[in-house]
This record gives sequence, C-alpha cells and structure tokens, in this order.
Amino acid sequence: MTAFIKSFSIKKRDFVRAGEASINVQNILKSLNMDHKLIRRIAICGYEGEMNAVMHGGDGILTVEIDTGRIILDIADNGDGIENIELAMQKGYSTATEEHREMGFGAGMGLPNMKVNSDMLSVESEKGKGTHLHMEFYVSTD
Amino acid sequence: MSWKGWCKVTVKDLVEKFGLQAAAGEKGLGRSVKSGFCGDLLSDVMANAPEGCVWLTIQSHQNIIAVAVLREMACIVITGGHTPDIETIDKAGKEGIPLLLWPGSAYTLAGSIYSAGIT
Repeated sequence: MTAFIKSFSIKKRDFVRAGEASINVQNILKSLNMDHKLIRRIAICGYEGEMNAVMHGGDGILTVEIDTGRIILDIADNGDGIENIELAMQKGYSTATEEHREMGFGAGMGLPNMKVNSDMLSVESEKGKGTHLHMEFYVSTD
Repeated sequence: MSWKGWCKVTVKDLVEKFGLQAAAGEKGLGRSVKSGFCGDLLSDVMANAPEGCVWLTIQSHQNIIAVAVLREMACIVITGGHTPDIETIDKAGKEGIPLLLWPGSAYTLAGSIYSAGIT
C-alpha cells in the first residue's frame, strides 16, 4: 500500500526552476518528520537526478513515493539517453558541455553520488530515447 | 578575538567580523554557522558540504541556492570578487539564504574563519 505519491515536472534546460522538485521533496519529508540523515541522502540523489534531467534530458518527471518501510524516487526523462551506463557510473566520467562545466557541473559525480546515497539504484536508458532512474531508500522502523 | 568556545556563531557575526557584503537573504542572518566548506564543483559540494556550513565558492549562478537549501547550509560567500546573477539574488531572497560577497580569495577568507574557531 502506498501511503503517499507526488510527481513534479522537470523542464529541459530550465536552470531557473532546476532544483525545485528536490527542494519540494525535501520539504515533504521534513514535514513528515523523517530521519534527518535519510532526508539528506534523498536530497543529494534527487538533486543529482534532477540536474541530469535538466542538462541531458528532454522534459522529465520526478516522482516521490513514500511507502511502508521505504521511500522511492523515480526520475524519468525522454532526453539524450546514456550511451554506456557502465562508463557513466564511473567517478569522473562526464558528458557535460562546456556551458554545464562553467556552472560547476560535469564533475562526473552525479550517478556515483546517487549510488552511494541510495540503498538501491537502477538505471535504464536508451540512446536518443531517455533515461529512467529508480532509487529506493529503506526506512528503519526502530 | 577568537570564537573558540563560543556556543553559537551566526551569519551576522561573520559579516561583521570579516566585513562581508550581504547581497541578499538578509532575513537568514541569524542562522548559526557550525562549520565551513570550499568548493566550486556542485556535485562535490552536494556530496560533502556539512550541514550549517558557510560555503565559499566562485560560482555565482542561481543553481548554488538550491544546493545551499538542500544541504541546509548557513550561508553562501561568493569569493574572488565575483558578482551574483540577478536570478541568484532573487532566489536567495526567496529561500532566505544569506548571500555574501568577499573580494579576496577563498583561501584567505577560509583561513581567517577557520582561525576564528569555525572548524
């Protein structure tokens, strides 16, 4: 049974609104008095995924689902897609443009950061069609 | 004068002690500063900046505000004399994140803040 589900749209190259979906998710989790460290991990993953969608995605959707015992983040876009997921998972590998790098993106840490900070990460992508990131965070019940 | 042993240092204390210029987000000047972080690569900052930190960066575009909100920072200092974009100023005001300016290098300011007891 899903207790709560909410989606936020992400617009391609919209650096004005970039980060807002993740901030909204953070506020929702705070209002539910979720564990502080858990919120920080989810904030990192949400932001990295959201920025990837802004920079490389077409339009996308970030969905947060709060379930019994776990929180799920789904970030799906219909943008560039990832040619080689194994390479993209490596620290330091980046396909960011010069414009992105000037803004401090493109460190090649996005997907590695998401892997470290989530309990489960799956990446599905097809070149030219888009990317779907699925992340799960387990909530301890003690 | 050092802040070592003080129980609480606020953003306003930093502004006054080091002559930082507040460009926006003044309503957050009462936030407490617990540590510091220097970084210009946003993924590095997202991964490693501690909560309640003063963040020194040369980045001046609007995306630094979301990073500061998500990492629950005390404030941002744009170093090296860089000036924030108007969108950055607007967002800082909206989110209540103090946006401060420092004309010198991050190295000198970080050293001074660290020496004062924010470690």
